[in-house]
Amino acid sequence: MPALSPTMEEGTLAKWLVKVGDKISSGDLIAEIETDKATMEIEAIEEGFISKLIVEEGTQGIKINTPIAEFSDSEKFSEINNDERNKNVINISNKGVTEEVKSTAIETSDKDLTSSNIDATKKITVREALRDAILEEMDADNNVFIMGEEVAEYEGAYKVTQGLLEKFGDKRVIDTPITEHGFTGIGVGAAFGNLKPIVEFMTFNFSMQAIDQIINSAAKTLYMSGGQMGCPIVFRGPNGAASRVAAQHSQCFASWYSHVPGLKVVSPWSSEDAKGLLKSAIRDPNPIVFLENEVMYGQSFDCPISNEFTLPIGKAKVEKNGSDVTIVAFSIMVGKALEAANELEKNGINVEVINLRTLRPLDLETIINSVKKTNRLITCEEGFGYSGIGAEISSLIQENAFDWLDAPVLRVHGKDVPMPYAENLEKLALPQTSDIINKAKQICS
Amino acid sequence: MNEKQSDKLASKKKSNYDLDLLLKLNEQMLLIRRFEEKAGQLYGMGKIGGFCHLYIGQEAVVVGINSALKDNDTMVTSYRDHGHMLVCGMDPKGVMAELTGRITGYSKGKGGSMHMFSREKGFFGGHGIVGAQVPIGAGLAFSHKYKDEKSICVTFFGDGAANQGQVYETFNIAALWSLPVLFIIENNLYGMGTSVERSSSTDNFATRGEAFGIENKTVNGMDVLDVREAAIEAVNYCRSNQKPFILEVKTYRFRGHSMSDPGKYRTRDEVAEMRKNGPLKALQKLILESGFNENELKEIDNKIKLKVNEAADFAIESKLPDESELLKDIIIE
Repeated sequence: MPALSPTMEEGTLAKWLVKVGDKISSGDLIAEIETDKATMEIEAIEEGFISKLIVEEGTQGIKINTPIAEFSDSEKFSEINNDERNKNVINISNKGVTEEVKSTAIETSDKDLTSSNIDATKKITVREALRDAILEEMDADNNVFIMGEEVAEYEGAYKVTQGLLEKFGDKRVIDTPITEHGFTGIGVGAAFGNLKPIVEFMTFNFSMQAIDQIINSAAKTLYMSGGQMGCPIVFRGPNGAASRVAAQHSQCFASWYSHVPGLKVVSPWSSEDAKGLLKSAIRDPNPIVFLENEVMYGQSFDCPISNEFTLPIGKAKVEKNGSDVTIVAFSIMVGKALEAANELEKNGINVEVINLRTLRPLDLETIINSVKKTNRLITCEEGFGYSGIGAEISSLIQENAFDWLDAPVLRVHGKDVPMPYAENLEKLALPQTSDIINKAKQICS
Repeated sequence: MNEKQSDKLASKKKSNYDLDLLLKLNEQMLLIRRFEEKAGQLYGMGKIGGFCHLYIGQEAVVVGINSALKDNDTMVTSYRDHGHMLVCGMDPKGVMAELTGRITGYSKGKGGSMHMFSREKGFFGGHGIVGAQVPIGAGLAFSHKYKDEKSICVTFFGDGAANQGQVYETFNIAALWSLPVLFIIENNLYGMGTSVERSSSTDNFATRGEAFGIENKTVNGMDVLDVREAAIEAVNYCRSNQKPFILEVKTYRFRGHSMSDPGKYRTRDEVAEMRKNGPLKALQKLILESGFNENELKEIDNKIKLKVNEAADFAIESKLPDESELLKDIIIE
């Protein structure tokens, strides 16, 4: 199984395009593989005959570097012994792969969902949940459109916009040049013109090119116009660290955008969050910064399938009840907090985990209510600690719930360094589950 | 232009333009002139604070352009925006009250000179960041096209903004997506205190869209009829072809960049020379030649002064925003 993206850990063998005995040449398509981003066709880079298909069609969760087929130099492959087999394990290239949209073809849009099954759920990836949210809202409102680099024909650099071009056409699913400052300003102008743009940043790192338009134009104009000039726009894309893409592609901008009045800042963790919050964000009359996480795109969660389903912006979710310590987190850190909570359970520490979901406006009430119960608080974020979300929450809690605290608020966050590339250093720079466990033990001791 | 040429042009124009049009243009330009003079005065009195960028000298630009527009067209500009608002039909009282930071101002006193808007009149600001209105204008044009409104968005910016990167990102997209946006480069020769020759590698701004395939024209911005003629052509081009167009208008600001401009970057003689050929004088000369007399012109001027004085009184007498306004209009609830 080849690694076909920086964040891919495993894949699904969707379809074999060859069968045992077939002669293959370099460049021949041999299989369709579903990665965390897309369905891709892979090519052979050597010549020979397919002697065995090790992995059956449809097999999911195949770790990268797992052999999936064998080939032989001759047609008499049956005589090949095991040693040779290992040598001839099929070697597939990810160069020149073509990408297809099959596995995650749009399914939900035409379903006639009634209110009686609004609670029905289905296991889908965060990526699909985001796509469903965009699709449903574009279906519901002609003024909603999406623009960004590679959102249309390429179907999204991270495949979030799969199938949208086909369904809505190039008037509403629009590829932009690689000019964030320009197209973000155009999006803001279109929003002033009563359209509802969704502006995708390939990653939020690139939104730095456009931050003037987000802050000075989108966020402030309503106020500066005495309430006349609403700007209903969603800026969305992956935020924070991906995997091994180093400093310029691995920063969390949650605290940057949360600093600014006039913006709402949302950061989903699960598929349910992604769908429910993005739909609300698109409907919201304000500019919204919607911070996704590339590592989460491929993860699956149960998610309501109803197109009526939304989640309120500004409300956190208690993901796990507990009595000893409250851990607040958002985005990818929610999963790590839940992992830590499970581990801590074994040590007799009962953790309450809050998924913030929205960073501005912050659901302070939910945090305070939890602190009143547990009397201890740990904040988690992937970004830098200095002037971070945790710093803000810590301050708010000491101002609003000081008497309920039995210990100082502790923060788990990324190290104060540009993200290193080397695997070991990257791991050290990012907050890990073990960091949360250690802080929890410290605060409960 | 010497006296003789000017006369020749005048006689040519006289036959092409009716007096009503000339009077209308005069009234609009005069309203801007008198409004700005009053604003300067109020600034000196401490009634207007912060930044205040006057349009005096450049009146023919926005008045000429506006005369070629339809009601549903939209306009967006930089922070030197008072003239644009007045020609869009925004009430001088509301504009002046915003300058004095009063609740009766267009932005309830929260925007000030640089940040005013009127959706109703199709005026989308009033933007304080140099060049930021350029993609916004293209975005408005995008919305016109998306909704098949047949409207265009006129996007004004100066020679200073013309060197901003986002302008070229916008040129590219506007041409690529065929957006009905008319870019007006108001070249008043100075970006704040830096002359074009000290800021720009070339002094021809109109052709800066050529690399993107955008058609262009340059016109003398001290003659409102020239501006109008060029605007009619440019507006028609944008509307009928659904394409961008760049019109560079050569103009001059008679006052400082802002109220606190010491003016050391240009000579008094230069300013005096330009004032001699001011846009109002040229137009009024034509009007007089059309049979109007000095007294009749004076009467119009007095009416406008009265209107401006009323706006100033209104702006000074209006209340400051209530303190409860501080936390309103941040987010639409």
